[in-house]
Amino acid sequence: MDVILFLIFAAIAVVCAINVVVQTHPISSALSLVGVMGSLAVLYLLLGAEFIAAAQVIVYAGAIMVLFIFVIMLLNAGAEARKGRSYMVQFLGVPLLIFFLGLAAYFVQRMFPANTMVRFGGFTCAGTQTGESCGGAETVGRALFKTYLLPFEVTSILILIAIVGAIVLARKELES
Amino acid sequence: MMTAVPISWFLTLSAVLFSLGVAGFLFRRNIITVFMSIELMLNAVNLSFVTFSYQHKEVAGHILTFFVMVVAAAEAAVGLAIILTVFKNRATLNIDDISSMKN
Repeated sequence: MDVILFLIFAAIAVVCAINVVVQTHPISSALSLVGVMGSLAVLYLLLGAEFIAAAQVIVYAGAIMVLFIFVIMLLNAGAEARKGRSYMVQFLGVPLLIFFLGLAAYFVQRMFPANTMVRFGGFTCAGTQTGESCGGAETVGRALFKTYLLPFEVTSILILIAIVGAIVLARKELES
Repeated sequence: MMTAVPISWFLTLSAVLFSLGVAGFLFRRNIITVFMSIELMLNAVNLSFVTFSYQHKEVAGHILTFFVMVVAAAEAAVGLAIILTVFKNRATLNIDDISSMKN
């Protein structure tokens, strides 16, 4: 069951990612990217990361992609003009990509032998009781506000800088 | 019939998604699509963080993924503001036409 679930959503993620790269219109790329993010959220659930899966759907697929689609609509971005690629790229690109991916897959299989198997609900860690998943909001929240409190606070300053920077960059020029 | 997924499959999927993101970053000419390829790469890295978190039975990978999401949100806000400004000044989204820092 876990294997079937993984294979289905991994296939969706890969097909949508290829679609992001090959589509010429930015709106099609953005919608395919939403597909990638949604299927990754399912894979996070399979890995026992419930909080991260929820954050993925809300922050990535919700907020960030809406921002992207806003900008695409606002700028009325049309399809990208296809330019003639060189023959070397046309004939060598796909075989080289497959070769490189095969190499990466081979080394990953060698470095991580199949002794760690992922089961749904199998993510446990030291502080929790047996049968309770480790990736819920409670465990993540405790780690975030105890062990990682300083990075969390620094993040709020980063967000503040990003808000001010975005407003300064995108505002209308005041006539002086 | 296997009932559990080997951890290397998740890492391979992460590598595949990251390579596709790199390919999009290198080959696309629309600045918004280039930006979306960066988001794709960040997502691939997030997947491997969560996978390693499962392997080591630690919650630290989840925290790191959370921070990556925060940085991605800040980056998207500032980057899209920069794209708006560039489009306002030059009326193009093609990165080949925006090369004033080249020489």
